[in-house]
Amino acid sequence: MNIDQLTIVKAKEGLKKKEFSSLELVEGYFKNIKKKNSQLNAFITLCEKEALLEAKKADKLISEGVKKSLLGIPMAFKDNFLTRGIKTTAASKVLQNYIPVYDATVVDKLKKAGVIILGKTNMDAWAHGSSGEASDFGLTRNPYDRNKVPGGSSSGSATAVASRMALAATGTDTGGSIRQPASFCNVVGLKPTYGRVSRYGIIAMASSLDAIGHLTKTVADSALLLGITAGQDKFDATTSPSPVGDYLKNIKKSVKNIKIGVPKEYFREGLEQNVKSKIKAALKEFEKLGVKVEEVSLPHTEYALAVYYIIQPAEVSSNLARYDGIRYGLGRKMFAGEAKRRIMLGTFTLSSGYWEAYYLKAMQVRTLIKQDFDKVFKKVDALITPVSPTLPFKIGEKTADPLKMYLSDIYTVTANLAGIPGISIPAGFVNNLPVGMQILGPHFSEDLLFRLAYHYEQQTGLYKKKPV
Amino acid sequence: MEFKVFIGLEIHIELKTKAKMFCRCAADYFGHEPNTHVCPVCLGLPGALPVPNKKAIELTIMVGQALNCQINSFSKFDRKNYFYPDLPKGYQISQYDLPLCQKGEFEGIKITRVHLEEDTGKLIHEIANNQKVSLIDFNRSGIPLMEIVTEPDLRSTTQAKDFLKKLQQLVRCLGVADADMEKGQMRCEPTVNLEIVKNKRKYYTPLVEIKNINSFRFAEKAIEYEIKRQLEEFEKTGLEKQAGNKTTRGWDEKRQKTVLQREKEEAADYRYFPEPDIPPIRLTDSQIKALKSKVPELPGVKIIRFMNQYGLSREAAINLIRTNIRADEFEKKINEAKKYGLSLQEIKINELASWIGGKKFNQKKKLKEIPVIFIVRAKKDYKLPKEKVIKTVNLVIDNNQKIVEEIKKGKETAIEFLVGQVMKETKGQVDPNHARSILREKIKSA
Repeated sequence: MNIDQLTIVKAKEGLKKKEFSSLELVEGYFKNIKKKNSQLNAFITLCEKEALLEAKKADKLISEGVKKSLLGIPMAFKDNFLTRGIKTTAASKVLQNYIPVYDATVVDKLKKAGVIILGKTNMDAWAHGSSGEASDFGLTRNPYDRNKVPGGSSSGSATAVASRMALAATGTDTGGSIRQPASFCNVVGLKPTYGRVSRYGIIAMASSLDAIGHLTKTVADSALLLGITAGQDKFDATTSPSPVGDYLKNIKKSVKNIKIGVPKEYFREGLEQNVKSKIKAALKEFEKLGVKVEEVSLPHTEYALAVYYIIQPAEVSSNLARYDGIRYGLGRKMFAGEAKRRIMLGTFTLSSGYWEAYYLKAMQVRTLIKQDFDKVFKKVDALITPVSPTLPFKIGEKTADPLKMYLSDIYTVTANLAGIPGISIPAGFVNNLPVGMQILGPHFSEDLLFRLAYHYEQQTGLYKKKPV
Repeated sequence: MEFKVFIGLEIHIELKTKAKMFCRCAADYFGHEPNTHVCPVCLGLPGALPVPNKKAIELTIMVGQALNCQINSFSKFDRKNYFYPDLPKGYQISQYDLPLCQKGEFEGIKITRVHLEEDTGKLIHEIANNQKVSLIDFNRSGIPLMEIVTEPDLRSTTQAKDFLKKLQQLVRCLGVADADMEKGQMRCEPTVNLEIVKNKRKYYTPLVEIKNINSFRFAEKAIEYEIKRQLEEFEKTGLEKQAGNKTTRGWDEKRQKTVLQREKEEAADYRYFPEPDIPPIRLTDSQIKALKSKVPELPGVKIIRFMNQYGLSREAAINLIRTNIRADEFEKKINEAKKYGLSLQEIKINELASWIGGKKFNQKKKLKEIPVIFIVRAKKDYKLPKEKVIKTVNLVIDNNQKIVEEIKKGKETAIEFLVGQVMKETKGQVDPNHARSILREKIKSA
């Protein structure tokens, strides 16, 4: 068993062929965790005892011939996914001792599929952040360069998958929180269509923007997981009844003659030259695959970040109101700086007298941004853009300037505002630091995104590269 | 001093649905052990999401239609943000600018809007271990709550009380709520102010919203008190209504007065915004029509029909329509009597009405026990020969052995059912008193 090169697909095969047991798998990951986590700080809670027990149970079931799609597969969960009986903090001290009484729908589905929980991953508190530095339980480091940030807010999930401390991990993406850390850590990050995956049981950040996804080593693993997590949920009124495709099965279908748009607004000033050249090189690879590439325009892109930083804090301010010190033991005093900033911003923009000028206006511009995408997807099938304007940045580089930090999300927030799916896949390295590429598609086009990403991934094999 | 009274009402009514508004907890919370009808959703736990109760939306629309409102084909829920210990999410899911129903009229009073929201938990202040404590019971949290707002069209205490009673009657008739004020299923907050004419100039006193009203009596007394208080206050201060000086007062039953609770009512900023967890509600014309067809005959119409059709007094008709069961049973019984071949003139209709409309009538047991005597006028010329009557009685006894057994065991009243059967078989051509005594004899001797 070579954990370094293991993927979910391969691990499933190995377990099936009895090349290794689930127990060996879980032990292997805890060995890696013990070796690396003290430096990288990817986990807030580890569940070693329970995981080993579950692995033994899984092995027994496997030997009895029980078939479940992910039986015995170990995964990590971002610490804003409620896990029954396992501490769930959202990386905030407000919830530092909070033990949920129920499982999030996604957790429930994955557990029923046979997944074993290794632990809960670190994140920017309440998912507020783009660097992993805003955790109340210490920052997470980038496995490719420990002086650099892993991106955020799904910082621990990205680091854990990249450094082989988990086979895959869940994430949430409100403005780029899956795609950006995936890009910084050379892993695959999926933000599904809004309403594709249930939000029930996931600590809400901004309810109209939150998308529930995952970080994996390969596109095939991402497709496999979405096949399990997607679908309408009677506990989430915003989930869609549209049927869930067999994403993994369709992944190899040819991408010849598919039309890709390159939105010019995503390649302007602010984008680092070396990131830009990597994306341009990737587009060349796509052309080799028979994909048609053309430049397109999304004219309202420049307003996206401003719109996002009105709508998102407004919803945050309301969603965090329940942590008022009456029921969760620890009070509002325990909120750290970023949460306080967003609560203040949101409270202000929703106040009477300001509501029309900020929130209402932002909602109107949000509609324009959606319409940009609707129009462009009449011309092309998908879009390719950078994920982040910069390479993974230095720890501490942007913490003093929130606006600078917010700019990290400039290419990712649009997908959340429009509710469309996006996937971030490895696109190469600059100075030994990973660069990610984003593929965006129309609502419920995950199938197509996986196909495009898969063919590119197979052509380049970048996923095989791992941190030293 | 000449003056006019302006009263607007804000009425909250808990809807009688099986489940709560946004989760599947049982909605019948009254009298249950605290915090037993709760789940992550109505406790506002992290990650929990609301899923609206379709039935509650339908019931609200039916009420809106009965109140002659416009039904909005596009409606949505909004978050009303405020902190209170009985509000576990820190916001209440309510409706702001697009209520389900608006612009109606009922009993000559304009209805501003009818919308749907969720009830809060209940605070219980107690002494435990010699310490003052506040406890929270979340059983009520998330109960569907319909809010009806009227324009300030009511001009007197009596009119307000009358309106409330009619509204209660209406929602009971529609079967959407029990609306028992003592149980808190119907709550009302009147807003009162006066127009005072003094030296040929009109003055308006500041608006006062009155809370803590849990009976029609309290509503009457509180508004009456408030009118008096505002007059005196105006005499003393001359203060007029202006933006920002609306206050909230609570009715204090012990002291028989309203007490200031909150000043600057309008200053409260609830920071409403559309509830992102619930998609907007879109209703087609055919959906709205289908709900309209479910609206039964309304109390006002029914009272008049009962008066015209059955020659009842207004009072008798009102007593009958207090509950659907009474009104329905009254008409059912008349139809039965008609089947016996009795004409309307032959039924002792006023006695029947006062019996069903009265206290003795047990709504649960309903009818079988209504003495047939009430539905049949004593007829002098029963044509049927005695042998024929006895023959029919025997037949009825043979066909209803179960009931005969019950009567023997002491369930005396069941005999009325048999009397009814004899009446039916003979098409009413027998004196029911006579039939009863023969039945008694036969059963005794059997």
